[in-house]
Order: sequence, then C-alpha cells, then structure tokens
Amino acid sequence: MRIYALAVYLFLYIPIAVIAVFSFNAGRYAAQLQGFSTQWYGKALANPFVMEALQTSVTVALAAATLATLAGTMAALALQGVTGRPRVIFDALLYIAVMVPGIVIGISTLIALVTVFDWLNPLLAALWPAGWSAPQLHLGIGSLIAAHGLFAMALVVIIVRARVAGMDRSLIEASADLGATPWGTFRQVTLPQIFPAILAGFLLSFTFSFDDFIVAFFVAGSETTLPIYVFSSIRRGVTPEINAIGTMVLAVSLLILVVAQSILQRGQRKGGGSAA
Amino acid sequence: MTPRLRTTLLLAPAAIWLLAMLVLPLVVVLVFSFGERAAAGGYSAAVTLENFANLGARWTAFQNTLVLAPVGTALCLLIAYPLAYYLAVRCDPKWRTLLLILVIVPFWTSILIRSYAWIYLLGGQGIPKLVSLLGLGSPRLINTPFAVLTGIVYGYLPLMVFPIFVSLERLDKRLLEASADLGSPPWRSFLQVTLPLSMPGVATGCMLVFILLMGEFLIPAILGGGKVFFVGNALVDLFLQSRNWPFGAAVAVALVLIMLVTVTLYMRFTRRWAGGRDDVSLM
Repeated sequence: MRIYALAVYLFLYIPIAVIAVFSFNAGRYAAQLQGFSTQWYGKALANPFVMEALQTSVTVALAAATLATLAGTMAALALQGVTGRPRVIFDALLYIAVMVPGIVIGISTLIALVTVFDWLNPLLAALWPAGWSAPQLHLGIGSLIAAHGLFAMALVVIIVRARVAGMDRSLIEASADLGATPWGTFRQVTLPQIFPAILAGFLLSFTFSFDDFIVAFFVAGSETTLPIYVFSSIRRGVTPEINAIGTMVLAVSLLILVVAQSILQRGQRKGGGSAA
Repeated sequence: MTPRLRTTLLLAPAAIWLLAMLVLPLVVVLVFSFGERAAAGGYSAAVTLENFANLGARWTAFQNTLVLAPVGTALCLLIAYPLAYYLAVRCDPKWRTLLLILVIVPFWTSILIRSYAWIYLLGGQGIPKLVSLLGLGSPRLINTPFAVLTGIVYGYLPLMVFPIFVSLERLDKRLLEASADLGSPPWRSFLQVTLPLSMPGVATGCMLVFILLMGEFLIPAILGGGKVFFVGNALVDLFLQSRNWPFGAAVAVALVLIMLVTVTLYMRFTRRWAGGRDDVSLM
C-alpha cells in the first residue's frame, strides 16, 4: 500500500521536478542536461515580452480576485436570508458558472462581447460630443477581469457560504441584543469568524486567474497573459527559458496554495465550519 | 435599511455579474447556433438547423471525446481509489493532512506547465529512450492516445482522490469491526462494506472528472500533436482559425447537451446504488 502511494506521488511530482531541473540546464538544447546554470532565469526576467505578460497576468489576477471576493462575500452573506425560487435560481447559476467547461465559457464570452461591442461602439460614437474621439470598447484587460472574476466569484461564494453556515449564530444574536448596529455586528462578530474563508477564497481566485489559459485564450483580445505566452512558445518548441518561467510560476502558485490551505485548515479546526 | 433591501443590494453585484458574463453569453451561443456564417466570418442572423445537420463534419472530435473521456475517467478512478484508501484508512494520521495537501496542490497549479512536462518524459529523449536502452524497441509515445491519456490521468487524479477520500474517511469504522467479528475475511469486508459505502465519493469524483474531460482542450493540444483531438480543439479551430461562429456555436451547444444528458443519466443511475451524493468540491 505504502509503495503504491509513493509511486503515485512520484507520478504527480516527477514532471514538476523535470521542469525545475531543466530550467537550471546550462545548455541551450532543451533535451540534454549540460551542467548547472541560472542564466535562463536571467534571460526570462530580462525578456520584455515575458515581463509584459507577467504584468498583465498579475493585474488581471489581482483585480479579478479582489472584485470576486467582494461580490462573492456579499452574496454569500445575503444568501443566508434568501429562500424559495430566487435561491434556487441563484444556486443554479453558481453551479453552472463552476461546471460549464472553461472552453464553452471562453467562446460564449468571446462572441457575446464582440457582438455587444459591435453594437455599442457606433452608438457611443454617435452619442459622444462632436470633436471628441469616442472610446472604443474592445476585448482586453477588462474582459479578462470580468471573465476570470465570474468563476472566481462562484468559488468565493461556495467557500464563504460554507463558513457562514458553520458560524455560531448565537454570537450574532447576542451582539444585536447588546445594541450593536448591523454594521457593528458584521465588523466585530461576523467578519472575524469568516475572514479565513474570505482570504482563502481570494488566494484561490488569484491562483485560478493567474494560471488560467483557456478562458484567457478567447477573451484576451490583443493582450498576452503569461499562460498564453507559455502556450504559444511551446508551440514553437520547449526552451530552457520557458522552463525557467514555468518553474517560477509553479513556485508562486505552490506558495500561495500552501498559505491558502493552512488558513483553511486552521479556520476549520477553530470554527468547525467545513469549506468543502 | 430594511433587511430585504439590504439583501437585494448585497446580491446585486453578483447577480449582475452572473447575468452579464454567464447568462448573456450562453444565450448568445444558443442563438448563434441557429444562425449563418457571414461572408467574412462571424455571424449573420438566420434561423436554420443547418449547423446542427453538419455536426457530422466534426464527428472524429466527438468520437475521440466520447471514447477518451470515459476511459480517462475510469483510469483516474482505478489509480485514485487505492491512494484514497491508503490516505483515509491505512496511513499514519500524523501525516494525513500533509499527504492530502500534496495531492490537492498540483490540481491548483498551472495544468499548462504540468502537461508540457510530459513532452520531455514521453518525447524521444525520455521514456522511449529508457525503453530502448533496455532493448525493448523504441515505442513512439508522444502525440498518441496513450500520451493524451497519461496527461489526463496526471491532470485530473487529484480531483478523483479527494471525494473518495472524504467518503472513506467518514466511514464508520465500527462497521468493519462488526464485519470482522462476524467472520468476514478482510477482502469480503472491503467488498461488502467499504466499497459500497464509498460509492458516493466515487460517483462525485467520476462526475467531476468526466465533466472537465468533456471540455478538455489543453492536454490533447499539447500531448496529442494535432492527431488526437477533442471537441475542445475543434472549437478553438472553429472560433479562432476558420471563424465559423454559428457552426462553432452549434458544436458547443451539442457538447453541453451531451454533457447534460450523460450527467443526468449518470446521476439517476448512481443515486440508486449510491444513496445520495457527497457534495464535495476541491478545497
């Protein structure tokens, strides 16, 4: 049994190790190890295309995760008091947002936004005061944030709602009985209890957006995120530079995940509300 | 502020987001799937079933998906179950959390980067070279269904392990003691107690993996080399290369319909022997 488990862990981690090992390869041929070097990290970090893609990815991930966490937490809190048909519809939409394949979300967002923009742009141009150039709506950072944020928000609602359900309701009632305003109760009683779930939701949202390729591939317009850059580079052949980028991306995601996991686990031990 | 107004205001951003970025796009796809391709690509309004009648043109993609998604799911299950069993029942509880996190973490890191690592392992300098050094010939692995299945199992294994682990961990250990006391050998206790009681987790894991596999694009694109392609790859081609949006929309609608039908049938079928479903998500 133990040997079997070990084999599966090797299966899960050897490919990651291979990328890390080859990223320190001195030679420029991707398939042969020729000594240790960190030159590819330097090359990757000095490559303006990589840095631009990294900046786009970080901007999108931060914005999407922040907005998703705000909207998702608000919705998770409000859904406590919602029953009947609105609740069923809301739950169904959240479920669909998580379950519909990314590729279907990607293409539908692409054609919907392009269609809406084609219809809105002439309208904007007509409404804009003469002499000023009207803004042109197009796919880019905004559509990336909106599309990534959708999935992330559904994720935040699911995680935070589980925590809200496991919360000690008597404390909220006590706080109200003692004369606290709803806002005061939220800030001093509810928020400290659900904060681990909110933070974990934010971190997972960030990781999702930062790693996502398939949705971004469709809605990025002329922007390039880091996964899009990596994908188009792999198409031309794997290079040590790409391995260096891959290793850095994996390292960052691993770090964020370990933090998110330990927050969730600690939150569970303290509060007992299981966030799935 | 009345509680009702407060609830409405709190829900508004999420509701608007869901409407604008989920409901609207899905409706547009449905409408487009009945349309015609404009001369320059894109969409021209029409109501026709022609796109659906032409679905046969992409039959290979549907066929590959409908064969490789269930096979991939089954392989994931076969490999994941013993591991989940080990984690839930056999391993030292001291290490359980760490080992579990080690299974989950890869799922949340870039599938793109993890998949392309297999280009090394399955490419000419990787496993085939090892095999040929052992004098067993030189098999061609990359760009084959085998490579795609390896990538699939590698990518989705964590998603299968987790729900099975949860249902095994919840299992009442006293039932196993009772079964042993009544004279069952361990293998019979496993078949008659453990396995049936872990079925909800198995059902959840299979469904999650199957749904994600139906929409897979990256793994066949990276490890299938254009020879093994899924519906997802056909969609990318239709939307980004040939810009045949209405036909692409019809393919997408057909894909979602197939998913809905299989999942509904599957849930109806499993509910009978699984007795309810464990609603667990990863993390």
